[in-house]
Amino acid sequence: MFLLAQIGSAFVSLRRNVLRSLLTMLGIVIGVAVVITMMEIGAGASKSIQASISNMGTNVLMIWPWATKTAGISSGSGGAVTLTEEDCAAIRAECLAVEAVTPSLSRRGIQAIAGNRNWTPFTVYSGNEDYFTVQSWGTPDSGRYFTAREVRTAACVAVIGQTVKRELFPNEDPVGKDLRLNSVLFRVIGVLPIKGANMMGMDQDDTVIVPWTTMRNRLSRSGGSATGASGASSSSSTESDTSDVYPAVSASTYPEQDSVQAENYLLPVRFNNINQITASAKTAEQVPDAIEQITEVLRRRHGIQPGEEDDFVIRDMSEMLKTMTATSGLMTSLLLIVALLSLVVGGVGIMNIMLVSVTERTREIGLRMAVGARGSRILTQFLTESVLLCLLGGLVGIGVGRLASTIIANVLGWPVSVSLGAILISAGVSAAIGVVFGFYPAWRASRLNPIDALRHE
Amino acid sequence: MATPLIELRGLEKAYRLGDVDVPVLKGIDMEIHEGTLLALMGPSGGGKSTLMNILGFLDVSTGGQYLLDGRDVTTLSANARADLRNERIGFVFQNFNLLARTSALKNVLMPLEYAKHRKSAREERAWAESLLQRVGLGERMDYQPSQMSGGQQQRVAIARALVNRPKILFADEPTGNLDSKTSEEVLRMFQELNEQEGITIVLVTHSAEVGAFAKEAYHIKDGLIVGGTYTEK
Ligand SMILES: Nc1ncnc2c1ncn2[C@@H]1O[C@H](COP(=O)(O)OP(=O)(O)OP(=O)(O)O)[C@@H](O)[C@H]1O
Ligand SMILES: [Mg+2]
Repeated sequence: MFLLAQIGSAFVSLRRNVLRSLLTMLGIVIGVAVVITMMEIGAGASKSIQASISNMGTNVLMIWPWATKTAGISSGSGGAVTLTEEDCAAIRAECLAVEAVTPSLSRRGIQAIAGNRNWTPFTVYSGNEDYFTVQSWGTPDSGRYFTAREVRTAACVAVIGQTVKRELFPNEDPVGKDLRLNSVLFRVIGVLPIKGANMMGMDQDDTVIVPWTTMRNRLSRSGGSATGASGASSSSSTESDTSDVYPAVSASTYPEQDSVQAENYLLPVRFNNINQITASAKTAEQVPDAIEQITEVLRRRHGIQPGEEDDFVIRDMSEMLKTMTATSGLMTSLLLIVALLSLVVGGVGIMNIMLVSVTERTREIGLRMAVGARGSRILTQFLTESVLLCLLGGLVGIGVGRLASTIIANVLGWPVSVSLGAILISAGVSAAIGVVFGFYPAWRASRLNPIDALRHE
Repeated sequence: MATPLIELRGLEKAYRLGDVDVPVLKGIDMEIHEGTLLALMGPSGGGKSTLMNILGFLDVSTGGQYLLDGRDVTTLSANARADLRNERIGFVFQNFNLLARTSALKNVLMPLEYAKHRKSAREERAWAESLLQRVGLGERMDYQPSQMSGGQQQRVAIARALVNRPKILFADEPTGNLDSKTSEEVLRMFQELNEQEGITIVLVTHSAEVGAFAKEAYHIKDGLIVGGTYTEK
């Protein structure tokens, strides 16, 4: 009741000088509008990052061989390829938190030819029959995925992504068609569903997936080395996806074989060894369990004594998730600081106007005191005015900000998401600005001596 | 004799200008009885306004004693003085001091915002309207100060001074900005209030004509009471 009356009379005196009140509000309006817009853009960005991460699979784990020490000499990352197909099978059999597991080999720069068309898919991936589960590809768009038998027999079958389908088989159903990868003849057995770009902006549909055995036996011989096998490069310690963005230019220790040499000398492939294992935990929450279980299985199988270092490394998406969220969080905070600064500028404007208003209304203050207003009532009156001014400005600012982000969403196509938090914070911050910057003028008003105030010219 | 409403004993007031104290009131002894209409008269600069401001709790004395209803009120806190002003005292100023761009009715209602015990909005409004009617402005309640003559504005100010049902009304040169005809109207209104309602009124003026409306008068010169006329009407 009292509060209502207070707000009412504050409103009345603000209305006595409409234009000035509006101009004063402008600073807050702009500040809050910027805050809202920034927060909504930020929220939209982090939402789309989250979406693309979960699209990538938050429960995916990658396992690489890691520096092994032989008689105290570190051979560096991947120095000895210690992961085997049997490791893979053991993980599948023993780790309860693991849903699926596959060996992983990938290659770049493999040329695909179908009929008279040719195309170089960004990456050719390989795995076993569980690869599609691990990478959460879902069900094939058409055709089927390869089977365990096809993996075992290193069959020349390929599943292609939507981009590859568009480039090589624009007007036909690719299933059952022939496809040459580096002149090895494959048969297309399925087409992947659309996944779109990942969070690095990489087209995940620009891919061909083959059984890992086929990749190892048929595709590893010619052209550059498999990315997973780039060995000594330290960049392979990060996820394969990062190394896709920053391709590891592996400085190879030995001169590369030319094609004649390659023909003459078979690659000393230790048949059972694989460069990367990819697994998926049953749920994202079970990732830590899965890591623990895999570590235990591999340490036992590799005969690593307690206290000795692992000869493998396990990475999951949570780190990347953290990095990405942190990055976008940092951006949002930076923008927010800018926006808050503009709010402070708006607040100084409020203070300025309130000081002018106090001076201008000194006689009124004197009169109010003469009829019995205590200093505290004068203080609350001016404080109410500045808070009301700021809150109104804040509300208008929220409206303007929402409008701006809607326009941005529609015109620029940026992902934008309404942030209730931002709205509440803005309202709170503008009220706080009203209090902080309104206090000094209000305090000055309340400290006036009634008789001096009445005599003020 | 009953205790006077107001009693001053050797009241002093000095303004501090730089390093020196400039005495303005130099020991005022005075009694104001309930129901009187008193004029404070004297030459300009004599200290009439200063005295009235102290009597009305707008200002504080620097010496002497001030008794209200026999109670010593010489050193009251700012809040206590504000409450006293609100409950017991009404002011009428020479320059009206109305809120600009605010209707006559709202101007009259304004002091009630600070009252301790408030009535319902309807009652307050009805009371303010009756006061405006009483000062002859029943037709102009929605007028703003800029739309009224000086006499009308001063009558709004009187209605405002009455809205808290004060015991004492202080008026500092209430007719100073008015022509002789409206002056007389306003002064008659004071007389009426004094006689019909029994409100104690203290008028500050330097005009003898205005003083003639009072029941008694004090002459103040150079901060001292130099004489008084007691005119029983
Ligand atoms: N705030 C102040 N600071 C310093 N001196 C003051 C102040 N107010 C008043 N005075 C001085 O006090 C003296 C009395 O002033 P006051 O206003 O009481 O006179 P007055 O009798 O009301 O005169 P007038 O009839 O012209 O209104 C004057 O000499 C004036 O200069
Ligand atoms: Mg005076």
